[in-house]
Amino acid sequence: MKQLKAKILSNDKVAEDFYRMRIESAYLAKNTKPGQFVEVRCADDVDPLLRRPLGAHRISPGGIDILYEVVGKGTEILARKKKGEDLDVIGPLGNGFEINNSEASVLVAGGIGVAPMLTLAESIGHQVTRSPGHQKSKIHVIIGAKTKSNILCEKEFKNLKCNVRVATEDGSKGHKGLATDVLKKLLVTWQPGNLATIYACGPTGMLKAVAAIAKDKNIPCQVSLEERMACGVGVCLGCPVKVKTNHEYKMVCKDGPVFDAEEISW
Amino acid sequence: MNLSVKIGNLKLKNPVMVASGTWGIEYEELSGLDNLGATVLKTITLKKRTGNPAPRIAETASGMLNSIGLENKGLEDFIKNKLPLFDKVSSPLVASIAGDDDVEFKELAVRLSRIKRVDALELNLSCPNIKYGLNGGLIAHDAKATYKVVKAVRGATPITVIAKLSPNVTSVAEIAKAAEAAGADAVALTNTFIGMAVDIDTKRPKLGNVTGGLSGPAIKPLSLRAVWEAYKEIGIPIVGIGGIMDAADAIEFMLCGARAVQVGTANFVNPKAPAEIVSGIKKYMTGHKIKDISSLVGALKLG
Repeated sequence: MKQLKAKILSNDKVAEDFYRMRIESAYLAKNTKPGQFVEVRCADDVDPLLRRPLGAHRISPGGIDILYEVVGKGTEILARKKKGEDLDVIGPLGNGFEINNSEASVLVAGGIGVAPMLTLAESIGHQVTRSPGHQKSKIHVIIGAKTKSNILCEKEFKNLKCNVRVATEDGSKGHKGLATDVLKKLLVTWQPGNLATIYACGPTGMLKAVAAIAKDKNIPCQVSLEERMACGVGVCLGCPVKVKTNHEYKMVCKDGPVFDAEEISW
Repeated sequence: MNLSVKIGNLKLKNPVMVASGTWGIEYEELSGLDNLGATVLKTITLKKRTGNPAPRIAETASGMLNSIGLENKGLEDFIKNKLPLFDKVSSPLVASIAGDDDVEFKELAVRLSRIKRVDALELNLSCPNIKYGLNGGLIAHDAKATYKVVKAVRGATPITVIAKLSPNVTSVAEIAKAAEAAGADAVALTNTFIGMAVDIDTKRPKLGNVTGGLSGPAIKPLSLRAVWEAYKEIGIPIVGIGGIMDAADAIEFMLCGARAVQVGTANFVNPKAPAEIVSGIKKYMTGHKIKDISSLVGALKLG
């Protein structure tokens, strides 16, 4: 992990309240893996004070992309940043996903939870191409959002030859309802013993439901959690998640943000 | 130029320490290890504590609330697993301890004083996120309880004892006087201010523990005033803490009577802050033709 000033290469609005920023850093490009995040300092001043933890959305040879939703003061400032400015970032942080050599991978993304899923899909794709024994591997992506305009990255996933399904709460696109409804439907025909892995990122309620479905179907499941953070490196102990073992806490920033769904005390 | 200061028997090469709970070995890569006056470690208790439920952090205007609740693995784990990680840290180490009462504080002090690597003890009498058994609240809310604990520790250890006090009292100076009378080598002023924040959509507190401790630039004027009030009343050194982000902040604390300072929340924002503060102080001393940093302590001009 390093603290560095990375040049902003682009910062584009991709949907109402959603932005994609590309920052230049050979170091981050080389050392970041899907599921890891960076801590971004939004203001030069002391308000807002804390850094914002934002997941790597895409990892390219010269840097990384960050996909973010404007939800408050910090991300509002971030959205106003211009190409050519420097961004103060610390990263890469956290553990990231463990990519399993499964016959099928199911990526479930709720809202801005789609952010780490694109780089994950790319990595799974690369891994599959490299391992001749798993030619038939398939990536299924389920994107859930409030409404049609908030469905992000559908095209990018399709370009990666993923099988994409969409759910919107208002029914403006795809299935009317939740991403987890679509997941249940997808898994109905799956036989026990199918070698699959579920990867999920999104609101806690969705992750809890995904974890229950995965457990029911006996499919390994990794979830990427979100929590308010201060340091992002494991020093302040500010981002606890309760785990089943002894009802103890683990830290989302250092022990996660990706956890085995079975480990979490939902 | 002399930047070194002395707190009890503790010799610091410069007056900048990192505050308890805000610096860990995880920061090694980011902040460097050799620039600190001293490193204050995360508070430990005799037995393991799991800490408070999430959320434990809420950002506020120019500050943050925390309600960690002294999560730690306890004394034995600290000695066996945590302390060795700090072998590579060249600065003196200050162990921060919290007991339920004077008996527990004493036991922690006795055990830790035997360890060569522990150079001083900071008594956390003022964590706003726990209830101390001795007086059912914060020990540092009560001059008698403060006296009792400091006295018990003083009698049990030859190493430097720093009493970390709470700002949430009518008179910090009164509590500081009690700590001095009981034999503390120094007082650390201040711990966090008890505060709250509310999510108006859910109508719930933003912290899982409802209340928490406020830190960061928002509290600097308040802590500064506490240092000044205590400086006028006590003779032992004061360690100034509260929203120090840069060298100017640190110097303000020293002018108000702090012999040393601790950098806390700033580490989360800029892990290089302590190192930058040390170089900023040097620059200030050069600019103001100050040869010895001790001449800054309490040098506030009035009238």
